[in-house]
Amino acid sequence: MKHIILTAVLALAVTSGCTRKSDTAAGGGTEKASANEILVGEYGSLTGSEATFGISTSNGIKMALDEVNKAGGVKGKQIKLITLDNQGKSEEAAAAVTRLITQNGVTAVLGEVASSRSMAAAPIAQQNKIPMISPSSTNPKVTEVGDYIFRVCFIDPFQGTVMAKFASENLKAKKVAILRDVKSDYSVGLADFFIKKFKDLGGEIVSDQSYQSGEMDFKAQLTQIKAAKPDAVFVPGYYTEVGLIARQARQLGLTVPLMGGDGWDSSKLFEIGGTAINGNYFSNHYTTESTEPVVVEFIKKYKERYGDTPDGLAALGYDSAKVLVEAMARTADLKPSQIRDEIAKTKDFNGVTGKITIDAQRNAVKPAVIVKVDGNINRFVTTIAP
Amino acid sequence: MSDFSQEFIQHLINGISLGSIYALIALGYTMVYGILQLINFAHSEVYMVGAFAAYYTARWIPKFTGHELPPGAMTLVILLCASMFVCSVLGVTIERFAYRPLRKAPKLNILITAIGVSLFLQYAGQIVFGADPKVFPNVMNDAVIMNFGTAELRLLDVTILGVALFFMAVLTYMIQYTKTGKAMRAVSTNWTVASLMGINVDRIISITFIIGSSLAGVGAVLVGMKYPKIEPLMGTLIGIKAFVAAVFGGIGNLGGAVLGGIILGLCEEMVVAYISSTYRDAFAFGLLILILIFRPAGLLGRPTQEKV
Repeated sequence: MKHIILTAVLALAVTSGCTRKSDTAAGGGTEKASANEILVGEYGSLTGSEATFGISTSNGIKMALDEVNKAGGVKGKQIKLITLDNQGKSEEAAAAVTRLITQNGVTAVLGEVASSRSMAAAPIAQQNKIPMISPSSTNPKVTEVGDYIFRVCFIDPFQGTVMAKFASENLKAKKVAILRDVKSDYSVGLADFFIKKFKDLGGEIVSDQSYQSGEMDFKAQLTQIKAAKPDAVFVPGYYTEVGLIARQARQLGLTVPLMGGDGWDSSKLFEIGGTAINGNYFSNHYTTESTEPVVVEFIKKYKERYGDTPDGLAALGYDSAKVLVEAMARTADLKPSQIRDEIAKTKDFNGVTGKITIDAQRNAVKPAVIVKVDGNINRFVTTIAP
Repeated sequence: MSDFSQEFIQHLINGISLGSIYALIALGYTMVYGILQLINFAHSEVYMVGAFAAYYTARWIPKFTGHELPPGAMTLVILLCASMFVCSVLGVTIERFAYRPLRKAPKLNILITAIGVSLFLQYAGQIVFGADPKVFPNVMNDAVIMNFGTAELRLLDVTILGVALFFMAVLTYMIQYTKTGKAMRAVSTNWTVASLMGINVDRIISITFIIGSSLAGVGAVLVGMKYPKIEPLMGTLIGIKAFVAAVFGGIGNLGGAVLGGIILGLCEEMVVAYISSTYRDAFAFGLLILILIFRPAGLLGRPTQEKV
């Protein structure tokens, strides 16, 4: 009897999803900073269904910090990054940030991509008065958590507005259907802001459908949308579902353009969506077709190091780390409260994703680009300024 | 034909196609339950591994033999065989090492072990296969077979339904008309008596896992064909739905699992079509609760007296 219980307990212990430290992270579980080191924590979805988000962001952050360390670090100190995986789950994100702050004693936190997970972690950073910069959570509520929470990306009202403007002015769409992911704060927020702006511009929402991330079959919703005869469909989801949605839409003979947000930005989008995803539009943080020296340089170095074209999330990860480091360099003695104050003062920082200025709500003010999917390349269509 | 009826036909086709996949996976749950009274939570992960088995087969065959796998019936058969083989080996292994040592333990222990195995496979899958989604190979070129106004009947849906029905028919034949099937039914009725009658219970249980798991393998290839995105966590949602379908039809009852699967597929589709897509799962699961209130044994399940 005893060994039976033991087996069961062992099985559970092995399989229970404890926060796994990524093997690339430096430092042990409860490591504290030594005298000539600054600890910076990162949490992200290195595994799970949105793993490419976490991995891209992490790549960008690592590259930025390595560059800083090679150039002598900040105030003579090297920056040590501790990366924790949250498996794409909100509860794990909260656990990871608690561990980074209370056990590792980091001076600042970088993360997350998904707004749901940033919102789970932000209150912990706020309570402990540790500055947190989200590279790419676009839901406005993230930075509303408190004065220690920042982001280096634009927010959903802006992104939704941009797409509504684009649909109305560039695509000349009068009737648009919505297909949103009700499980994601990001998707729901984006859809709401899009609808508000599009109606202001005189457009009409002919159908508002929803799905849950993790589902595979969207034909029922798409059949409903097709029947409403829209000029375009706004699908503010993540690439994992969007690829399948595009395929099924084309199979059902729904040929109008699909539009989305930065959640589409992944090299997997085309793999999953195949040719069905071509010719559709989404708003993004930067374009690889830019000729800005800082972007060209970033893409070149990223390709050398990772052998892959950086997506928008890698670029934002890179910028978030650089904004943090620059703020640290301006402080007198690297106290978290001082770092916070300096991040808030960031103005016209020349990032890969555009000129970043942090506003009073701790959000970045910067333009968005609209790109068109063409195989593995996202063709630049237009820039829409705030 | 009116717009309404054309749309209705399209929803009907979509729903049956989705439901037949639920049914195949539900069969695996219901078979194991029928024999062991165990809800095999690891079943959805066996299904996931089946999808990856087919994925790697399709990638490795051209690499090692130099022959491309052109989309068509031949490829479908090869992938089905590969997936069914890997799934049945995995199913038997799980049974042998995780469930058999607990055969005489209380039911709860083995249930917890099943959850443990399920989580183990989910996370091991993320390490072995990588957590990012993979794209399932093109198994067959889709085409429209028939039009009803704007509603389309596609080759892929017909193939899925055909393959699913074929395996259900094979299963029915096995259970009803072969000696092994008879033995399985005997074990399911009362395994102590069955073992007294000279039936090797352990062997029958292994066979049950082989059959149930290979059906999950079939389901995995069919899903991969239709929704070509596979990932280590792909089993969770479809696993829950197939489980619901099995309970809905009367767990332990094979016909019930098929009926439950088709009804669940249709129900989900119609809820989205005529009520609201937000309430897709709420309605599907609400229906389950209603059925269980009025028919606790499920649609086709026979009410049984709890033996004390």
